[in-house]
Amino acid sequence: MANKPILKEVLRDRGVSRRGFMRYCATLTSLMALPAAMAPRVAQALEGAPRPSVIWLSFQECTGCTESITRSSAPTLEDLIFNAVSLDYHHTLQAASGHAAEAAREAAMKAQDGKYLLIVDGSIPLGNPGFSTIAGISNEDMLRDAAKGAAAVIAVGTCAAYGGLPMADPNPTGAVPVSHIVTDKPVVNIPGCPPIAAVMTGVLAHFLTFQKLPDLDEAGRPVVFYGDTIHDRCYRRPFYNQGLFAEGFDDEGARKGWCLFKVGCKGPVTRNACATIKWNGGVSFPIQSGHGCIGCSQPDFWDAGSLYTAVASPTADITPVAGIAAAAGIGAGVAVAALNLQAKKKAAAESTPVTVQELGGKQ
Amino acid sequence: MTEPGMDLLMWARGTGFQIAIGVFLFGVALRLVEIFALGRKADVAPAKGDAVSGGFRTIFSRFVPAPGFAALLPVQVIGGTLFHFGLLFIVFFFIPHIAVIKDTFGLSWPGISSAVINALTVVTFAILVVLLVVRLRHPVRRYLSDFQDYLIWVLTVLPLVTGYMAFNAVGPYIPMLATHVLSAELLIALIPFTRLTHAFTWVSSRYYNGAFAGRKGTSS
Amino acid sequence: MTAVSIERGIEALRQQVDASVASYMSSCIHCGLCAQACLFYTETGDPKYTPQRKLEPLYRVWKNDFTLLGRLASMVGMGCKVTDEFLHEWEELMYDSCTLCGRCTMACPVGIDITAMVRKTREGMVASGHVPEGLIGAATRAVEGGGPMGDLLPALKAVIRRSEAATGIPVELDKEGAEYMVILSAQETVGFPEIVEAYSKIFKQAGVTWTISTETFEGTNVGIQIGSRDIARQLVQNVVDAAEKLKVKAVIAPECGHAYTALRWEGPNLIGRTYEFGVVHITELVDQLIKEGRIKFKGKNKNRITYHDPCQTNRRGGMLEQPRAILAEISENLVEMEDAGIWNWCCGGGGGVGANERAEELRTTVFLRKKRQLDGVKPDELVTSCANCRNIIEEALDHYEMDLPVLGLTEMVAEYMETDETEEPAADKAAEGEDQ
Repeated sequence: MANKPILKEVLRDRGVSRRGFMRYCATLTSLMALPAAMAPRVAQALEGAPRPSVIWLSFQECTGCTESITRSSAPTLEDLIFNAVSLDYHHTLQAASGHAAEAAREAAMKAQDGKYLLIVDGSIPLGNPGFSTIAGISNEDMLRDAAKGAAAVIAVGTCAAYGGLPMADPNPTGAVPVSHIVTDKPVVNIPGCPPIAAVMTGVLAHFLTFQKLPDLDEAGRPVVFYGDTIHDRCYRRPFYNQGLFAEGFDDEGARKGWCLFKVGCKGPVTRNACATIKWNGGVSFPIQSGHGCIGCSQPDFWDAGSLYTAVASPTADITPVAGIAAAAGIGAGVAVAALNLQAKKKAAAESTPVTVQELGGKQ
Repeated sequence: MTEPGMDLLMWARGTGFQIAIGVFLFGVALRLVEIFALGRKADVAPAKGDAVSGGFRTIFSRFVPAPGFAALLPVQVIGGTLFHFGLLFIVFFFIPHIAVIKDTFGLSWPGISSAVINALTVVTFAILVVLLVVRLRHPVRRYLSDFQDYLIWVLTVLPLVTGYMAFNAVGPYIPMLATHVLSAELLIALIPFTRLTHAFTWVSSRYYNGAFAGRKGTSS
Repeated sequence: MTAVSIERGIEALRQQVDASVASYMSSCIHCGLCAQACLFYTETGDPKYTPQRKLEPLYRVWKNDFTLLGRLASMVGMGCKVTDEFLHEWEELMYDSCTLCGRCTMACPVGIDITAMVRKTREGMVASGHVPEGLIGAATRAVEGGGPMGDLLPALKAVIRRSEAATGIPVELDKEGAEYMVILSAQETVGFPEIVEAYSKIFKQAGVTWTISTETFEGTNVGIQIGSRDIARQLVQNVVDAAEKLKVKAVIAPECGHAYTALRWEGPNLIGRTYEFGVVHITELVDQLIKEGRIKFKGKNKNRITYHDPCQTNRRGGMLEQPRAILAEISENLVEMEDAGIWNWCCGGGGGVGANERAEELRTTVFLRKKRQLDGVKPDELVTSCANCRNIIEEALDHYEMDLPVLGLTEMVAEYMETDETEEPAADKAAEGEDQ
């Protein structure tokens, strides 16, 4: 794909006003938690920068991440992003297919070697390369190959970031996250099942503006979006602090919008921006709709116990352990008791009455 | 890659919990059988009063401190009473704890406002610190105290402090929650193997005391 | 085995361990409140006298031999040992500084009966020979001579003769079929012999038949004091034999701290059966006779009087009301000292401490507690119902140069009791019996 128009021209062609564009950049700026004065710089970067090539590899995934990034009530948001980059390979969104698609990918990788952005969604099966292939190439091979020349690797969705659903116990495909395979360069994890659209585009915008990745935490997540837990920013937090909880999904507490801790909300242990940026253009998020957070942006969240038991509650039924332990304790107690009674009997049998003569003799 | 502290929390919720409850139940069963299987020789002397009612009366009467003792040792008597109630309320009436109990045993009951529990935690901790100072300074307590007394103090205070910090988001939440759960599990597991068995034997000791006196027609 | 030894001591302690011991030992959380209840701590300030600490020998045997953890610890050489050196060190705590008064038992928040366990621990001290000399002497005299002060039969006979002369009332010895057999404490026989006069008058007035056995007339049980069930059993058996031989309805325990406890509560368990007679304390009996109207009074003591509760009969024996009911009849001006009643403070001489010369200085020091109580009410007279308390208190008052007469309750009753006009010979007494 040659001759990519710059964004300014694209906007003009689409009839997006300058003001509309500046508004969009201001929104993006605040999304990235940057000072408002940075908005012009964001605009400058977006409108003037050449559109970098983006290769989007989809492995063991459900396409939810793509759905999320494209599904929005303000189509121009993500649409604009896709006009600020050159999406050279994307299974769902590309027009080409088959050999032509693969050829386009390989051409882009060669032409933009060292400069293209590699976005990955879905986990990679290591159990058997045949579990997931594209054009006969195993996911692992394709990833290793693509990562070599990538300027940055972005793992979008919990599957790519942490293994997600395929990796859940018993992990039949031997699924692993991107960072397990790409170890020689930083991998940005944008977890979520799916991730929030604006979070994905916000990271891209940061890269486009500053030519570098945003600050990441120890789990590879952009701190600006994943620095707080849902619990930290949840509008129902005052109810938690007071101790007003919904007991079920249709009781008085639920109807009053009280905290969902008791029905299994994983908000306290989940890092994401759902409580602030929310979903579907800021309409709502699970807790606001009355269902506890399931922790979908956390590593191993599928194996973190029932979705409906509280965040610190035990994950397994203790009845068997309790029964065995109590029985063993009683057994041990009976054994010790038998020894005790024997010791007493022995002491009684061996003892002779103390006499004053014996007492006097000791003096 | 993992969320810092999450592995620890998951272990604490899974294997850790099993170990803690298992060790606790094993220990309690062992200690109770060990104690009561020893039995008591039947008292041949004709009774003057009723042992059983004397025993039960003493179980409850000892909640009232001996006359004058609250004035003589106010910190120890009043503080000692208050921190027990504090712990009782915090452990059993903080709603997230009730949630854990409900998820484990199916039992549930109304709780107390979390804001109240939060304040109570500070008070209880302060009392425990004062009691530790008393234990270190009062000649009788210092004389009696051994390593186990100080260990128990630490075991009791850890869940209190980490729980407070987790609830109030002091420090990183997930590792703090994991530490809180683990410290509570440690305390639970060690109860039957330390002086904390008094949590169970206070009933039988008061009973035996009162029964012995009641039989003789006196009160205790 | 013919000698006391540490092995026998440990064996004795093992035999004392039961469910109540195990429960108590599992409950102590080292709160130290028991020290605050004990006059040996409050008057010396020395934490070593903390009551709970006294139980260490029994605690170690229980822990080591009767708990799984203790057994495991022993297997790896970390068990708690009970040695001669250790028990020697503990002798002072077991005997010099504990009267078995029972205040600690009442004060413990978890309900540990420390007193009962001191009693049990003394079994181990005895079997291993760690007993104060004074008590060994008393025990030897009791077993071999009939009482802690040796054979008092001649002295008793002299006391009886004086009583008969003073009251004109004969005392019948070895009378089979009498309602009551009286046993006295050696302290009474030697120190307060007027008690026999009092008994004579009261029983005559109330129409009670009574006797004293010349075979056994000693109420004091040194076995209980030193904590030896073997010796205690011998002494109880003597009383039981005498009483059952005389076929009495009941034995009257004297104004003595533990004599009632020894005979009424420990005795049947020591000899393994109930008696063919009842056991009643003299104060109980007097109170009963008053309530039945068989004793009336002709006046009241007008002095400012206060009452000392003997630990064994009152706190540990339940006789809190009877002395006060009696005093209500014969005293106009009874003032109660602070902590009177079930929490009253020990005189410092019970439980064997009085017979332990080594403990005399300590005993005198801790009397300051009782002294403070007395200074608080400033009585003209002190009355009590235990001869040992009387003796201990009189000695201490002397030491502190306090001028305060100490009265015995039964003697007081006899003094204010309404009697027939003249001392008539027994033959005519029967004819006038209906007038009463």
